[in-house]
Amino acid sequence: MNIWKYLIKRILLMALVLFGVACIVFFIAHVIPADPVGAILGGNAPPEKIDKLRAQLGYDRPLIEQFFSFLKGAVVGDFGVSIKTNNPVMTDIGIYFPATIELALVAIIISIVLGVFLGILSAVHRNKMVDNFSRVFSILGVSMPVFWIGLILILIFYYKLDWLPGGGRINFFLDPPQRITGMYLFDSLFTGNWEVFRDALLHILLPAFVLGYNSTASIARITRSSMLEVLGQEYIRTAKAKGLKKRLVIYRHALRNALIPTITIIGLVFGGLLEGAVLTETVFSWPGLGRYITAGLLSLDYPAVMGGTIYIAFIYSLANLAVDFLYALLDPRMRT
Amino acid sequence: MDKRGNLLDVRQLRVIFHTYRGLIKALNGVDLWMDKQERLGIVGETGCGKSVTAQAMMRLIEEPGKITEGEVWFENRDLLKLSEDEMTKIRGREISMIFQEPKSSLNPVFKSGFQIKETLLNAKKATPANAEEEVEKILGYVGMDASRVKNMYPHELSGGMAQRVMIAMALATQPKLLIADEPTSALDVTIQAQILELLSDLTQKMGNAVMMITHDMGIVAEFCDRVVVMYAGNAVEVAPTKELFQNPIHPYTQGLLRAVPRVGRPGELKAIPGTVPDLVDPPEGCRFHPRCDYAFDQCKNVLPPLLEISAHHYVSCYLCQKDGCPSAKKAGEEPW
Amino acid sequence: MTVANEKTALGFFEKNKPYIDDLKHTVFLFRKSKLTMVGFVLIVIFLLVAFLGPLFLPYDPIAQNFAVRLQPPSQEHLFGTDQFGRDIFSRVIQGSRMALWIIFLVSAISGLLGTTVGIIAGYFGGLIDDIIMRITDMFLAFPSLVLAMAFAAMMGPNFTNTIIAISLVNWTTYARLARAEAMKVKEQPYIEAIRSVGAGTGRILFLHVLPMCISPVIVQLTLRMGTIILTAAGLGFLGLGVQPPTPEWGAMVSDGRNFLVDQWWISTFPGFAIVFVVLGFNLLGDGIRDMLDPRLRR
Repeated sequence: MNIWKYLIKRILLMALVLFGVACIVFFIAHVIPADPVGAILGGNAPPEKIDKLRAQLGYDRPLIEQFFSFLKGAVVGDFGVSIKTNNPVMTDIGIYFPATIELALVAIIISIVLGVFLGILSAVHRNKMVDNFSRVFSILGVSMPVFWIGLILILIFYYKLDWLPGGGRINFFLDPPQRITGMYLFDSLFTGNWEVFRDALLHILLPAFVLGYNSTASIARITRSSMLEVLGQEYIRTAKAKGLKKRLVIYRHALRNALIPTITIIGLVFGGLLEGAVLTETVFSWPGLGRYITAGLLSLDYPAVMGGTIYIAFIYSLANLAVDFLYALLDPRMRT
Repeated sequence: MDKRGNLLDVRQLRVIFHTYRGLIKALNGVDLWMDKQERLGIVGETGCGKSVTAQAMMRLIEEPGKITEGEVWFENRDLLKLSEDEMTKIRGREISMIFQEPKSSLNPVFKSGFQIKETLLNAKKATPANAEEEVEKILGYVGMDASRVKNMYPHELSGGMAQRVMIAMALATQPKLLIADEPTSALDVTIQAQILELLSDLTQKMGNAVMMITHDMGIVAEFCDRVVVMYAGNAVEVAPTKELFQNPIHPYTQGLLRAVPRVGRPGELKAIPGTVPDLVDPPEGCRFHPRCDYAFDQCKNVLPPLLEISAHHYVSCYLCQKDGCPSAKKAGEEPW
Repeated sequence: MTVANEKTALGFFEKNKPYIDDLKHTVFLFRKSKLTMVGFVLIVIFLLVAFLGPLFLPYDPIAQNFAVRLQPPSQEHLFGTDQFGRDIFSRVIQGSRMALWIIFLVSAISGLLGTTVGIIAGYFGGLIDDIIMRITDMFLAFPSLVLAMAFAAMMGPNFTNTIIAISLVNWTTYARLARAEAMKVKEQPYIEAIRSVGAGTGRILFLHVLPMCISPVIVQLTLRMGTIILTAAGLGFLGLGVQPPTPEWGAMVSDGRNFLVDQWWISTFPGFAIVFVVLGFNLLGDGIRDMLDPRLRR
């Protein structure tokens, strides 16, 4: 199939899915009950005050009208004003999202490096001790709740050893770097602010490791299984028969083919990361979108929750789209 | 011990495979030998161990398979005793291989020119400076439009073209021995003839010995100087091609020749009764005895040794020792 | 008689040889993989504890006793006590039953819902199929915890809503599986034959299509059990799951957060319980996936 046609089809499909996402979110927020106005004002608020707030939030209009105005806003990124922060939700997202994406990027690098490494190790030493060890190590990562391992690591590395900071993005007494991308690591790097860079790096180490380690298993697993499949292929036999060293056979001839399925799973892993980020951010007081949504949920801040959730679904879909595209680029059989 | 061939002498090669059904004794003490520039055919039914023999010689047997016994003398070295590094230097440089499925034997993510270049550089038969030139020269030898083909990916090649690339790759390093494992079985009949002719011409010009693994008696008759007939993991008869066709001695060889259809002799096609034995639990003694018309007690107990019964004609059968050989006449058939 | 029996016995084995060989191969693979066996043992222990443990609790897992609050692990309190003086060991054991309930109910609800929707989509195809598949796409566009959180928060956090929320984010997997199977089964000639003798659609769906779809769904259900516990624990940790004082492992970890430095045991032991069970399911699942992976089944 022509790659551009494929891409356009995928984008149209994504638009449809996002419309559905908006419907689901609206349904959750407006049809499933719980009384937001009551939650904001408390149980004994006078009726006229409740009515006023209802009108202000637009909850007095017919459901269908609310839905369309919500949809109209969502298309241009207007999710209304957060009840809690009093900022437009999109402004809040602009503030909180870079922290999440920074965390997710560092985490996904950790998990790709760790997962691909363990997967290759496992495949090359199939059913040996090395294989068993690396599989247990990666499966352990996905079996530990991120909030728990986060707490344990904070206990060890912050409270007991005092090697790493216990939370937040940057030392309280340091000024954040000048905002370019909103990601402290990049911004401090661009502005040459080494002190801040070092501090931000130390802060991100633990949460990114927790998050990345959690996603290692699926990458290791798919790398192992596709590597095993590739190692059994005839062209690998050819590569060996023509006298290439084992290292070249594995890293040049096998890995390139084996990574194709691995890349497809990175999209899924990214979804897992966003999910893990909600919990990791809570544990490490990381001011990201996950924490923003969680806080919104606990205080029934509807616009914040709806906007944040749709935004996350959007990013998730975008990541999957990028992965599909990358996949098509990597496999010459998919081109033409 | 005297060497039986001045290029290659394989003695008592045994290979087993561990599977859930039990131990498969794939090679049961195979003997074969070759002189320089000789063309040896290895024939037998599917599963008789032809390809396993070739792979064992190259030490390409993988888990769950294992070489348990034997010697593979190549010139003055026992390949089974070399270190993995030394063996890597034999593969591709002194012994090359081509395979049955040319398209899947080439790595799908690399251009064909790169795959040949890689082989040349690895064997130090070219320098990075002149590699490109060499590749074009070699592709020219195998009758292809070098400038076009070298930039093509394997999925863009036809089966015949891919096999030509494989031949170019295998012969580029001027190996002393080329192992061709059913090189034409997967190709169209007309292409088969072309490929066979190409192989014949090139190896004659370059002076490589060729081990032709096939189940096609026609290819043997056309291409080979000498033939090894294999049955269930043993070499049962070895003879010069003409001698074998005129005077087949082992009852299995006779059966094999009768099973070949010939123009102008309808109704003479005969299948060998019974089926290929299950190698998890092979028959004791001569593995052919359950299907053999002449079998007697001795055959059921001990595997008959491969003995020279006339000049250059070796047979593993007790009939030759007991009361003369069961010649084709005795079996009531005309010779071929 | 005996001769006849032998003959039928032989016939049975002959006829089913491929299946029996396949089964033998599966058992061979299962026993060869030590990790799978370890996972299996962990799950058996978890089931035993969940079924029998609550009958032999040393203390009441809910009753508060401020005389013994924040005690470190000791002979009397194996895992120590929490800020309300409750015995953590008893709460962890009681929590295993909660975990088992969650696994069981979520699997049952999402499995049933997913399979039903899936076979309807697969069997009828066309527009119905398109609509259902796009709906699953929409559910899959969310990270599942985020969606479960939203459901749980809006419906109000409690046990029932935890089950519903997790089921709602899980059913799509089974729907897609069942759909794929139903599409395969639908093409079989015997379905055509049954239809031609006048069997109703409902009858065909439930008596002939459903049984063929059930085994892959069940396999997938077991593979996802570890994830279900983690999602439930995540909800509990955030305060959006089962509410205190009911012992739920995720919420228990959260309870200990403020006491992490000096009373590490409050958060640590419930966490170990989660790791124990999830590791068991994941090791077992990893082995099962290996066995089902045709690429590895050599």
